[in-house]
Amino acid sequence: MTTEELLEILKAKFPGLAFELAATKPDSAIRVPAEKIGEVAAFLRDEPTLRFDMLMCLSAVDRKGSFEVVYHIFSMTNGHRSVLKVFVPTEKPQVPTVGHIWRTAEWHEREAFDLMGVEFVGHPDLRRILLPDDWEGHPLRKDYKTAEEYQGLRTAYDNLNDTPDLAWELP
Amino acid sequence: MGVLEGRFGDNILITSVDKVFDWGRSRSLWAVTFGLACCAIEMMCTGASRYDLDRFGTFFRPSPRQADLMIVSGTVTFKMASRLKRIYHQMADPKWVIAMGSCAICGGPYWQRGYSVVKGVDQIVPVDVYIPGCPPRPEALIAGLLELREKVIMKEKVLAKAAQEA
Repeated sequence: MTTEELLEILKAKFPGLAFELAATKPDSAIRVPAEKIGEVAAFLRDEPTLRFDMLMCLSAVDRKGSFEVVYHIFSMTNGHRSVLKVFVPTEKPQVPTVGHIWRTAEWHEREAFDLMGVEFVGHPDLRRILLPDDWEGHPLRKDYKTAEEYQGLRTAYDNLNDTPDLAWELP
Repeated sequence: MGVLEGRFGDNILITSVDKVFDWGRSRSLWAVTFGLACCAIEMMCTGASRYDLDRFGTFFRPSPRQADLMIVSGTVTFKMASRLKRIYHQMADPKWVIAMGSCAICGGPYWQRGYSVVKGVDQIVPVDVYIPGCPPRPEALIAGLLELREKVIMKEKVLAKAAQEA
């Protein structure tokens, strides 16, 4: 099934929604309004002719001004795949979770939250997954500035001559 | 040798207790099982049959309580730093640390943009031997171990060498 065919199916099912075809390479994608991604995802998974029963990857991209959340979905039953995209503004990066539709999404969403700061509304456990809990900021954002220190350790590379004194004590 | 020289019969050696202990320590450097990244693969390979670290008395022990040596083999992240320090403190004295590979020495390929990487494990624990490489070959690790063995058994010689180089 091509992305264009899928787009027609979605337009027929959700007549009020503004879907868009993003003719990107190598995969063209369908742009979905952020607040409706949950309903669309549930339909894509449960409709027998589509049956997208697997979320292969959920990732986030910083487009400077907006975040793009990308869903790569696959149907093991029917053997077709597609890409969904959701755009949210940087000031209010809130996307409804799809964790209850594909359980895979729960950790992927935690990763996107951890590194990009996209907030997944309705996620059961939205904590950092890779970085330490007391980390400040989201490092994969374009405007991220690395902090000078983390727990007394310098983050920048120093010459041996100005390496700080050894931190001996347990925290 | 002083007053004890020649006081005993043949086949009796006289030495100081420290020297005997250091000799024993240098020949049985048990390393804590602790790998961080691709250097750990190389370290495991060194421990396996082809390179066979057992020849040098180095075994990997599953507990830091039983280990004398920590081989920091790989990238140390800030999240790992406190754990690494804890493992080091759990080891019984005397203990030694080998920084294996570029990452453990200075942050390696992450020295500039690695926001989450410690730029050198010597910021956290004292390092005895640095082994450069990305990752170092097993031969390099063995060479580092032999260097450490020399450091353990011949402190004066090593100190003199360091003073000479300085």
